[in-house]
Amino acid sequence: MTASVHAAHLAQLNVATLLYPLDDPRMAPFVEMLDPVHAAADGAPGFVWRLVEEGAADATALRPAGEDVIVNLTVWETPEALWDFTYRSGHLEAMRRRREWFERHVEAHLVLWWVPAGHLPTVDEALERLADLRANGPSPRAFTFASSYTAAEAAQHLRTVPQGQP
Amino acid sequence: MEDIDAIAALQDPVRRRLYEYVVAQGREVGRNEAAEAAGVARTLAAHHLDRLTEAGLLESGSRRLTGRSGPGAGRPAKVYTRARAERAVSLPARDYRTAAELLAEAAEQAGLDAGLCAAARRRGEALRGAAAPCGGLEEAMAMLAARGYEPHLESAAGIQDAEGAKETAGEAAVVVRMRNCPFHAVAERFPPLVCGMNLALLEGLLGTDGPVRARMDARPGECCVVVENSKNNID
Repeated sequence: MTASVHAAHLAQLNVATLLYPLDDPRMAPFVEMLDPVHAAADGAPGFVWRLVEEGAADATALRPAGEDVIVNLTVWETPEALWDFTYRSGHLEAMRRRREWFERHVEAHLVLWWVPAGHLPTVDEALERLADLRANGPSPRAFTFASSYTAAEAAQHLRTVPQGQP
Repeated sequence: MEDIDAIAALQDPVRRRLYEYVVAQGREVGRNEAAEAAGVARTLAAHHLDRLTEAGLLESGSRRLTGRSGPGAGRPAKVYTRARAERAVSLPARDYRTAAELLAEAAEQAGLDAGLCAAARRRGEALRGAAAPCGGLEEAMAMLAARGYEPHLESAAGIQDAEGAKETAGEAAVVVRMRNCPFHAVAERFPPLVCGMNLALLEGLLGTDGPVRARMDARPGECCVVVENSKNNID
């Protein structure tokens, strides 16, 4: 019944540009980490949902943001739950070695936004939030860990700034 | 309260023993337990524990230590844990934290992870000096304690009762975990960069080809690194 406790959930998109194709031997240590890290996410406190390609174990073969860009789209009950998984689980080891496998992004590569509990964000919605963050900087509708907003702030923002306006 | 006043509250030897005991447990500690550990009467311990709370060094709460609840469970007992806030005094005033945050921010933006880790590994090796790689978990505990990591032994299965585990499971199943991250403030802001630096520093300090090894195994509220016996050392 934890899902009913929070009226809003936190959606997260991150994009990573591969240095080599996933079947390249130099990517093997990363590919080997995928299953255990995804299993850790599924079992993490506060985990709600992650994007998975139909018939696959994850979303790494979906390339909606470019042929060599993998996307990770997830939903969490709270920012703390997402932070603890991202930086305080086996996922941190993958983050530590990111420079071996991914290009360094000049633009933002992670975006957070609030969704109503029960809403599963689409890839288009997620990419639009990332574009918003990149174009306008952090706001209650597209932010980062370092520039976080509460669900209440996001709701207030939506009331004062009608949808569709920048 | 100013940092210097909070730190001055530790000048009393009994108070300092109580503070160090509570901090070392990594959990809530009751008045009776703390009094016994410090070798003082319960009322004196209670007085000093409350002074430490007033100074902002400890936080207090109340718990029913019996595990029972409802009528007949007894009055909740006062328990103490270390306060999360950092206290520091530098005379004359220095601000290495701002410098560290700015350098970390620049290193993150420039993607300097590899260079930072190489420097950290060299520093760890320099700290070790001419000594051989760390010879065992006890030696590792001493080295880590000296650097402020607050190490403690834990069963590799993740059971908190390390002493019991050591007797039953043997040395190979015990690992060193650390309660304190000496780089906490910057590690929270740039986790992959700073935690990677920390791992490289410990690899240099302990050695990578000796009887023990450092490995990243992050979990909430502790240092991201675990130190364990090397696999090739278990016989």
